[in-house]
Amino acid sequence: MHWIDYARPRTLDECLRAFAEHGSDARALAGGTDLLVQMRTGRRTNGVVVDVKAVPELNELRYDRDAGLTLGAAVPCYRIYGSETVCRLYPGLIDTVSMIGGTQIQGRASVGGNLCNAAPSADAVPALIALRAACRIASAAGEREVPVEQFCTGPGRSVLGASEVLVSLRLPPPPEGSGACYLRFIPRNEMDIAVAGAGVAVTVANGRFADGRVALASVAPTPLFVKAAGAALRGEPVGRAALARAAAAAKAAARPISDMRGTAEYRRNLCEVLTRRALERAVERAGVSLA
Amino acid sequence: MRSAHVETTINGQPAEFLCEPRQSLLEVLRDVLRLTGTKEGCNDGNCGACTVEMDGRIVPACLVLGVEAEGAEILTIEGVAQGSALHEVQRAFLEGAALQCGVCTPGFIVAAKALLDRNPDPSEDEIRLWLANNLCRCTGYDKIVRSVQAAARIQQQESAS
Repeated sequence: MHWIDYARPRTLDECLRAFAEHGSDARALAGGTDLLVQMRTGRRTNGVVVDVKAVPELNELRYDRDAGLTLGAAVPCYRIYGSETVCRLYPGLIDTVSMIGGTQIQGRASVGGNLCNAAPSADAVPALIALRAACRIASAAGEREVPVEQFCTGPGRSVLGASEVLVSLRLPPPPEGSGACYLRFIPRNEMDIAVAGAGVAVTVANGRFADGRVALASVAPTPLFVKAAGAALRGEPVGRAALARAAAAAKAAARPISDMRGTAEYRRNLCEVLTRRALERAVERAGVSLA
Repeated sequence: MRSAHVETTINGQPAEFLCEPRQSLLEVLRDVLRLTGTKEGCNDGNCGACTVEMDGRIVPACLVLGVEAEGAEILTIEGVAQGSALHEVQRAFLEGAALQCGVCTPGFIVAAKALLDRNPDPSEDEIRLWLANNLCRCTGYDKIVRSVQAAARIQQQESAS
């Protein structure tokens, strides 16, 4: 690996000063499961690694009944599925953090890192989009909040400016009657990259869908928010017909490429199947029987 | 070129070393501290050969920088046995012929021990899922899984007696 300088700020101010000073030469290190591999293979050449794991705001994992879940950008997967509160309230998020890599990777990798790495196949991102997560972004000049579906702008690229840091994600409290799920297809049982993935969330009230959100992995240059799939659910009676229309909308929205993991046609079909199955599971988690 | 001075705890003993910020914990363990029990396989987090415990969680040492060990507690394969007394997982691996070439073995043992520390009676599925981040190209895994089950039984018998 090329020479790097290493900084381990203890406060958010100190962290933001480091990014203000080094700009695009700095890169945040959380679990390192993407960054260190990319640096070793020459895909990233940043000269300054800023280890953000000692910054309290990036390590926060806290639920508040009004504010919802604050998920610090550097919180590793194992802490998320180790939280009974998160397991109970956000099973759709738990689906993702318990399938990213294996046990060792989950000991290091963070949801914030998965998002900042901005891979089209990132497993955490469709679930975050479905769950209406918002990104708290900070720099020495101030803060802004960006809906997670607007964060990724291309493979490996995001809206983060050179001196900006993703501090945390905020997930609203789950509405009454809601459920969420993330499913992906891989040809193995674990330790693989999604051929396609679907993250969904629904809210059910009086036998109808009050809300629905669907996002897809690995079928576009960025994680793909499919508004039309949500529109196919909203206001409709809860049933297989509505799920089938939402799944068809997901298939129609997918813009996959053919590569070694699957052909475009195969991926489009996967989008339909995964969206339908994830919605079935989300409806079940919302406490409603589909039968 | 500046090297960093790192103070840490390895296998229960205070340790300090100098390393370049770009060096991984794996490189530091093997090349600086001469703790060569931890193996290098893929060097990108896929194979699990370099598994160590860091602050109670198993991690791939190739994806940790040496400088990140500052203030941490590290357990490597060298710290698994108590003196000449092998850990139950090590005994079960020997008796169950759970290794052939042996390169993956330290990682499997550190990972399996961490599983049994948390879950003294894991199912076969739980063992296979926990160890999915460890690759073995010799055994076909069945003997490894059966040895972890055997180690769990030994631990249960010993804690019952």
